[in-house]
Amino acid sequence: MGIFDKLSGWLLSIFGKRQVKIGIYGPPNAGKTTLANRIAMDWAGTIVGEVSEIPHETRKIQKKDRIVIKDGKASLTIDLVDTPGIATKIDHHDFLEYGLTEEEAKKRAKEATEGVIEAIKWLDNLDGVILLMDSTKNPFTQVNITILGNLEARELPFIIAANKIDLNGSTPATLKSAFPKHEVVPISALNGINMDLLYEAMLRKFRKKRK
Amino acid sequence: MEVKVNFVSEEKLNGLTMEEKLEFILKEVKKGQILVLERGLTAEEQAKLIEMTMKKVNDKFAGIEMESYMAEKQNFWQKLFGKSRARMTIVGPADKLKTIYKDKEIIKAVIVSER
Repeated sequence: MGIFDKLSGWLLSIFGKRQVKIGIYGPPNAGKTTLANRIAMDWAGTIVGEVSEIPHETRKIQKKDRIVIKDGKASLTIDLVDTPGIATKIDHHDFLEYGLTEEEAKKRAKEATEGVIEAIKWLDNLDGVILLMDSTKNPFTQVNITILGNLEARELPFIIAANKIDLNGSTPATLKSAFPKHEVVPISALNGINMDLLYEAMLRKFRKKRK
Repeated sequence: MEVKVNFVSEEKLNGLTMEEKLEFILKEVKKGQILVLERGLTAEEQAKLIEMTMKKVNDKFAGIEMESYMAEKQNFWQKLFGKSRARMTIVGPADKLKTIYKDKEIIKAVIVSER
Protein backbone atom coordinates (compact mmCIF):
# COMPACT_ATOMS: atom_id res chain seq x y z
CA MET A 1 0.00 0.00 0.00
CA GLY A 2 1.42 3.39 -1.02
CA ILE A 3 1.67 6.50 1.13
CA PHE A 4 -1.25 8.10 -0.72
CA ASP A 5 -3.49 5.08 -0.07
CA LYS A 6 -2.53 5.08 3.61
CA LEU A 7 -3.19 8.81 3.88
CA SER A 8 -6.53 8.63 2.08
CA GLY A 9 -7.53 5.60 4.17
CA TRP A 10 -6.66 7.52 7.32
CA LEU A 11 -8.62 10.57 6.18
CA LEU A 12 -11.57 8.40 5.22
CA SER A 13 -11.53 6.69 8.58
CA ILE A 14 -11.68 10.11 10.24
CA PHE A 15 -14.35 11.64 8.03
CA GLY A 16 -16.28 8.41 7.63
CA LYS A 17 -16.45 8.37 3.82
CA ARG A 18 -15.45 5.41 1.72
CA GLN A 19 -15.96 4.21 -1.81
CA VAL A 20 -16.98 0.59 -1.86
CA LYS A 21 -18.15 -1.93 -4.45
CA ILE A 22 -21.49 -3.36 -3.39
CA GLY A 23 -23.03 -6.30 -5.24
CA ILE A 24 -26.68 -7.27 -5.29
CA TYR A 25 -26.99 -11.06 -5.27
CA GLY A 26 -29.82 -13.53 -5.22
CA PRO A 27 -31.78 -16.06 -7.22
CA PRO A 28 -33.44 -15.11 -10.53
CA ASN A 29 -36.55 -12.91 -10.20
CA ALA A 30 -35.84 -11.85 -6.62
CA GLY A 31 -35.93 -8.23 -7.83
CA LYS A 32 -32.21 -7.46 -8.00
CA THR A 33 -32.40 -5.06 -10.94
CA THR A 34 -35.52 -3.43 -9.50
CA LEU A 35 -33.55 -2.78 -6.31
CA ALA A 36 -30.50 -1.54 -8.24
CA ASN A 37 -32.78 0.82 -10.19
CA ARG A 38 -34.44 2.02 -6.98
CA ILE A 39 -31.08 2.81 -5.34
CA ALA A 40 -29.70 4.47 -8.50
CA MET A 41 -32.89 6.51 -9.00
CA ASP A 42 -33.03 7.62 -5.36
CA TRP A 43 -29.43 8.86 -5.31
CA ALA A 44 -28.30 9.38 -8.90
CA GLY A 45 -31.52 9.89 -10.89
CA THR A 46 -30.84 7.10 -13.40
CA ILE A 47 -31.58 3.41 -13.75
CA VAL A 48 -29.13 0.50 -13.97
CA GLY A 49 -30.97 -1.92 -16.24
CA GLU A 50 -34.20 -3.25 -17.71
CA VAL A 51 -36.50 -5.48 -15.68
CA SER A 52 -38.74 -8.28 -16.91
CA GLU A 53 -40.99 -11.04 -15.61
CA ILE A 54 -39.01 -13.56 -17.64
CA PRO A 55 -36.31 -15.11 -15.45
CA HIS A 56 -32.68 -14.30 -16.25
CA GLU A 57 -33.41 -10.88 -17.76
CA THR A 58 -30.05 -9.71 -16.37
CA ARG A 59 -27.43 -11.92 -17.98
CA LYS A 60 -24.40 -9.66 -17.63
CA ILE A 61 -23.05 -7.64 -14.74
CA GLN A 62 -24.49 -4.12 -14.76
CA LYS A 63 -22.74 -1.33 -12.89
CA LYS A 64 -23.51 2.16 -11.75
CA ASP A 65 -20.47 3.87 -10.27
CA ARG A 66 -20.15 6.58 -7.66
CA ILE A 67 -23.60 6.60 -6.12
CA VAL A 68 -23.47 8.69 -2.96
CA ILE A 69 -25.84 7.61 -0.19
CA LYS A 70 -26.32 10.08 2.64
CA ASP A 71 -27.87 10.06 6.07
CA GLY A 72 -27.33 13.30 7.97
CA LYS A 73 -23.59 13.93 8.06
CA ALA A 74 -22.71 10.35 7.16
CA SER A 75 -22.24 9.38 3.55
CA LEU A 76 -21.09 6.40 1.56
CA THR A 77 -19.99 6.30 -2.05
CA ILE A 78 -20.80 3.01 -3.72
CA ASP A 79 -20.12 1.40 -7.05
CA LEU A 80 -23.32 -0.62 -7.39
CA VAL A 81 -23.03 -4.00 -9.09
CA ASP A 82 -26.24 -5.65 -10.27
CA THR A 83 -25.55 -9.33 -10.87
CA PRO A 84 -27.31 -12.04 -12.91
CA GLY A 85 -29.44 -14.40 -10.82
CA ILE A 86 -27.62 -17.46 -9.53
CA ALA A 87 -29.19 -20.82 -10.36
CA THR A 88 -28.14 -24.46 -10.34
CA LYS A 89 -30.19 -25.27 -13.43
CA ILE A 90 -31.21 -23.38 -16.56
CA ASP A 91 -33.64 -25.16 -18.86
CA HIS A 92 -34.39 -23.33 -22.08
CA HIS A 93 -37.85 -24.99 -22.15
CA ASP A 94 -38.83 -22.80 -19.19
CA PHE A 95 -38.47 -19.67 -21.34
CA LEU A 96 -40.85 -21.01 -23.99
CA GLU A 97 -43.71 -20.52 -21.51
CA TYR A 98 -43.09 -16.77 -21.77
CA GLY A 99 -43.61 -16.76 -25.52
CA LEU A 100 -39.98 -16.91 -26.61
CA THR A 101 -39.14 -18.86 -29.74
CA GLU A 102 -37.00 -22.00 -29.43
CA GLU A 103 -34.01 -20.09 -30.78
CA GLU A 104 -34.52 -17.13 -28.45
CA ALA A 105 -34.95 -19.46 -25.49
CA LYS A 106 -31.73 -21.35 -26.23
CA LYS A 107 -29.82 -18.09 -26.66
CA ARG A 108 -31.21 -16.77 -23.40
CA ALA A 109 -30.29 -20.00 -21.60
CA LYS A 110 -26.74 -19.90 -22.94
CA GLU A 111 -26.29 -16.27 -21.89
CA ALA A 112 -27.84 -17.01 -18.50
CA THR A 113 -25.30 -19.77 -17.80
CA GLU A 114 -22.49 -17.32 -18.59
CA GLY A 115 -24.15 -14.79 -16.32
CA VAL A 116 -24.20 -17.21 -13.38
CA ILE A 117 -20.47 -17.86 -13.81
CA GLU A 118 -19.74 -14.14 -14.03
CA ALA A 119 -21.81 -13.41 -10.91
CA ILE A 120 -19.94 -16.05 -8.87
CA LYS A 121 -16.55 -14.77 -10.05
CA TRP A 122 -17.50 -11.22 -9.07
CA LEU A 123 -17.75 -12.25 -5.42
CA ASP A 124 -13.97 -11.83 -5.29
CA ASN A 125 -14.14 -8.17 -6.37
CA LEU A 126 -16.61 -6.81 -3.86
CA ASP A 127 -16.50 -4.99 -0.54
CA GLY A 128 -20.03 -5.86 0.48
CA VAL A 129 -23.22 -7.54 -0.67
CA ILE A 130 -26.96 -7.08 -0.46
CA LEU A 131 -28.34 -10.61 -0.56
CA LEU A 132 -31.82 -10.22 -1.95
CA MET A 133 -34.43 -12.86 -1.21
CA ASP A 134 -38.05 -13.06 -2.28
CA SER A 135 -40.05 -12.89 0.94
CA THR A 136 -42.98 -14.74 -0.67
CA LYS A 137 -40.82 -17.82 -1.17
CA ASN A 138 -39.10 -20.43 0.99
CA PRO A 139 -35.76 -18.93 2.08
CA PHE A 140 -34.01 -22.29 2.54
CA THR A 141 -33.11 -22.72 -1.10
CA GLN A 142 -29.69 -24.04 -2.04
CA VAL A 143 -28.90 -20.85 -3.96
CA ASN A 144 -29.54 -18.70 -0.87
CA ILE A 145 -27.53 -21.08 1.32
CA THR A 146 -24.63 -21.26 -1.13
CA ILE A 147 -24.41 -17.49 -1.54
CA LEU A 148 -24.68 -16.94 2.20
CA GLY A 149 -22.02 -19.54 2.92
CA ASN A 150 -19.66 -17.90 0.43
CA LEU A 151 -20.20 -14.45 1.93
CA GLU A 152 -19.44 -15.85 5.38
CA ALA A 153 -16.36 -17.71 4.13
CA ARG A 154 -15.04 -14.54 2.46
CA GLU A 155 -15.97 -12.47 5.53
CA LEU A 156 -17.77 -10.01 3.27
CA PRO A 157 -20.12 -7.68 5.11
CA PHE A 158 -23.67 -8.25 3.92
CA ILE A 159 -27.29 -7.42 4.52
CA ILE A 160 -30.17 -9.73 3.71
CA ALA A 161 -33.02 -7.79 2.11
CA ALA A 162 -36.39 -9.53 2.21
CA ASN A 163 -37.99 -8.16 -0.95
CA LYS A 164 -41.59 -8.03 -2.22
CA ILE A 165 -43.19 -7.30 1.16
CA ASP A 166 -45.94 -5.50 -0.74
CA LEU A 167 -47.21 -8.82 -2.11
CA ASN A 168 -49.77 -11.14 -0.54
CA GLY A 169 -48.06 -14.16 0.92
CA SER A 170 -44.96 -12.25 1.90
CA THR A 171 -43.53 -13.47 5.20
CA PRO A 172 -40.38 -11.49 6.06
CA ALA A 173 -40.60 -12.89 9.61
CA THR A 174 -39.85 -16.36 8.17
CA LEU A 175 -36.67 -14.98 6.64
CA LYS A 176 -35.67 -13.36 9.91
CA SER A 177 -36.15 -16.60 11.81
CA ALA A 178 -34.34 -18.56 9.07
CA PHE A 179 -31.20 -16.43 9.41
CA PRO A 180 -31.21 -15.23 13.02
CA LYS A 181 -27.48 -14.40 13.03
CA HIS A 182 -27.83 -11.90 10.19
CA GLU A 183 -29.43 -8.54 9.65
CA VAL A 184 -32.63 -8.86 7.61
CA VAL A 185 -34.32 -5.72 6.24
CA PRO A 186 -37.85 -6.18 4.86
CA ILE A 187 -38.35 -4.02 1.74
CA SER A 188 -40.32 -3.52 -1.41
CA ALA A 189 -37.85 -2.35 -4.03
CA LEU A 190 -40.72 -1.84 -6.48
CA ASN A 191 -42.74 0.46 -4.21
CA GLY A 192 -39.85 1.91 -2.23
CA ILE A 193 -41.10 0.58 1.12
CA ASN A 194 -38.49 0.65 3.93
CA MET A 195 -35.73 1.87 1.63
CA ASP A 196 -34.72 4.30 4.40
CA LEU A 197 -34.08 1.28 6.64
CA LEU A 198 -31.98 -0.35 3.95
CA TYR A 199 -29.90 2.81 3.38
CA GLU A 200 -29.37 3.14 7.12
CA ALA A 201 -28.20 -0.47 7.27
CA MET A 202 -25.91 0.03 4.26
CA LEU A 203 -24.27 3.06 5.84
CA ARG A 204 -23.80 1.21 9.08
CA LYS A 205 -22.55 -2.02 7.56
CA PHE A 206 -20.51 -0.96 4.55
CA ARG A 207 -18.71 2.08 6.00
CA LYS A 208 -16.89 -0.13 8.46
CA LYS A 209 -13.36 -1.02 7.48
CA ARG A 210 -13.02 -4.70 6.63
CA LYS A 211 -10.78 -6.76 8.88
CA MET B 1 -37.55 -47.22 -14.84
CA GLU B 2 -34.65 -47.62 -12.48
CA VAL B 3 -33.01 -44.61 -10.86
CA LYS B 4 -29.71 -45.14 -9.14
CA VAL B 5 -28.89 -43.41 -5.90
CA ASN B 6 -25.26 -43.66 -4.85
CA PHE B 7 -24.27 -43.04 -1.26
CA VAL B 8 -20.71 -41.73 -1.44
CA SER B 9 -18.57 -42.21 1.64
CA GLU B 10 -16.31 -39.56 3.10
CA GLU B 11 -13.30 -41.77 2.35
CA LYS B 12 -14.12 -41.94 -1.35
CA LEU B 13 -13.74 -38.16 -1.82
CA ASN B 14 -11.21 -37.39 0.91
CA GLY B 15 -8.08 -37.93 -1.13
CA LEU B 16 -9.26 -35.84 -4.09
CA THR B 17 -8.52 -32.19 -4.80
CA MET B 18 -11.52 -29.87 -5.03
CA GLU B 19 -11.42 -29.95 -8.84
CA GLU B 20 -11.18 -33.75 -8.92
CA LYS B 21 -13.99 -34.11 -6.43
CA LEU B 22 -16.33 -31.78 -8.32
CA GLU B 23 -15.45 -33.35 -11.67
CA PHE B 24 -16.29 -36.77 -10.21
CA ILE B 25 -19.63 -35.50 -8.91
CA LEU B 26 -20.54 -33.77 -12.16
CA LYS B 27 -19.53 -36.76 -14.26
CA GLU B 28 -21.75 -39.07 -12.20
CA VAL B 29 -24.66 -36.61 -12.24
CA LYS B 30 -24.39 -36.19 -16.01
CA LYS B 31 -24.71 -39.96 -16.29
CA GLY B 32 -28.04 -39.61 -14.47
CA GLN B 33 -26.89 -40.69 -11.02
CA ILE B 34 -28.12 -39.16 -7.81
CA LEU B 35 -25.42 -38.84 -5.19
CA VAL B 36 -25.72 -38.57 -1.45
CA LEU B 37 -22.43 -37.32 -0.06
CA GLU B 38 -21.71 -38.44 3.47
CA ARG B 39 -19.40 -35.46 3.93
CA GLY B 40 -21.12 -32.40 2.52
CA LEU B 41 -19.55 -29.75 0.33
CA THR B 42 -18.18 -26.45 1.62
CA ALA B 43 -19.82 -23.24 0.44
CA GLU B 44 -16.88 -22.60 -1.92
CA GLU B 45 -17.18 -26.11 -3.34
CA GLN B 46 -20.90 -25.59 -3.89
CA ALA B 47 -20.25 -22.32 -5.76
CA LYS B 48 -17.52 -23.96 -7.84
CA LEU B 49 -19.84 -26.88 -8.62
CA ILE B 50 -22.48 -24.41 -9.85
CA GLU B 51 -19.85 -22.71 -12.04
CA MET B 52 -18.69 -26.02 -13.50
CA THR B 53 -22.30 -27.10 -14.03
CA MET B 54 -23.12 -23.92 -15.94
CA LYS B 55 -20.28 -24.66 -18.36
CA LYS B 56 -21.86 -28.03 -19.13
CA VAL B 57 -25.49 -26.93 -19.54
CA ASN B 58 -26.88 -27.70 -22.99
CA ASP B 59 -30.10 -28.90 -24.63
CA LYS B 60 -29.83 -32.30 -22.95
CA PHE B 61 -28.43 -31.31 -19.57
CA ALA B 62 -30.27 -28.48 -17.78
CA GLY B 63 -28.11 -28.51 -14.68
CA ILE B 64 -28.23 -29.93 -11.19
CA GLU B 65 -30.45 -30.05 -8.18
CA MET B 66 -28.41 -29.78 -5.00
CA GLU B 67 -29.51 -29.65 -1.41
CA SER B 68 -27.60 -29.64 1.82
CA TYR B 69 -27.86 -28.83 5.48
CA MET B 70 -25.24 -26.39 6.60
CA ALA B 71 -23.34 -27.12 9.80
CA GLU B 72 -25.09 -25.37 12.66
CA LYS B 73 -21.96 -24.96 14.71
CA GLN B 74 -18.39 -24.63 13.54
CA ASN B 75 -15.65 -26.31 15.50
CA PHE B 76 -12.36 -24.62 16.40
CA TRP B 77 -10.56 -25.68 13.21
CA GLN B 78 -13.44 -24.71 10.94
CA LYS B 79 -13.54 -21.28 12.52
CA LEU B 80 -9.77 -20.96 12.20
CA PHE B 81 -9.77 -21.82 8.51
CA GLY B 82 -13.10 -20.18 7.72
CA LYS B 83 -14.60 -23.37 6.29
CA SER B 84 -18.27 -23.99 6.75
CA ARG B 85 -19.12 -27.45 5.50
CA ALA B 86 -22.53 -28.93 4.88
CA ARG B 87 -23.38 -31.94 7.05
CA MET B 88 -24.63 -33.79 4.01
CA THR B 89 -25.17 -32.94 0.37
CA ILE B 90 -27.50 -34.56 -2.10
CA VAL B 91 -26.93 -33.76 -5.76
CA GLY B 92 -28.49 -35.04 -8.94
CA PRO B 93 -29.58 -34.06 -12.44
CA ALA B 94 -32.21 -31.30 -12.40
CA ASP B 95 -34.60 -33.36 -14.54
CA LYS B 96 -34.53 -36.30 -12.11
CA LEU B 97 -34.20 -34.80 -8.63
CA LYS B 98 -36.74 -32.22 -7.49
CA THR B 99 -36.84 -30.60 -4.10
CA ILE B 100 -40.40 -30.09 -2.98
CA TYR B 101 -39.78 -28.72 0.50
CA LYS B 102 -36.86 -27.69 2.62
CA ASP B 103 -36.33 -26.11 6.00
CA LYS B 104 -33.62 -26.23 8.64
CA GLU B 105 -34.35 -29.83 9.56
CA ILE B 106 -36.04 -31.47 6.60
CA ILE B 107 -35.37 -31.85 2.91
CA LYS B 108 -38.23 -33.41 0.97
CA ALA B 109 -37.32 -34.44 -2.54
CA VAL B 110 -38.80 -36.58 -5.25
CA ILE B 111 -36.97 -38.62 -7.83
CA VAL B 112 -38.55 -38.44 -11.26
CA SER B 113 -37.81 -41.33 -13.55
CA GLU B 114 -38.75 -39.56 -16.79
CA ARG B 115 -39.16 -35.95 -17.89
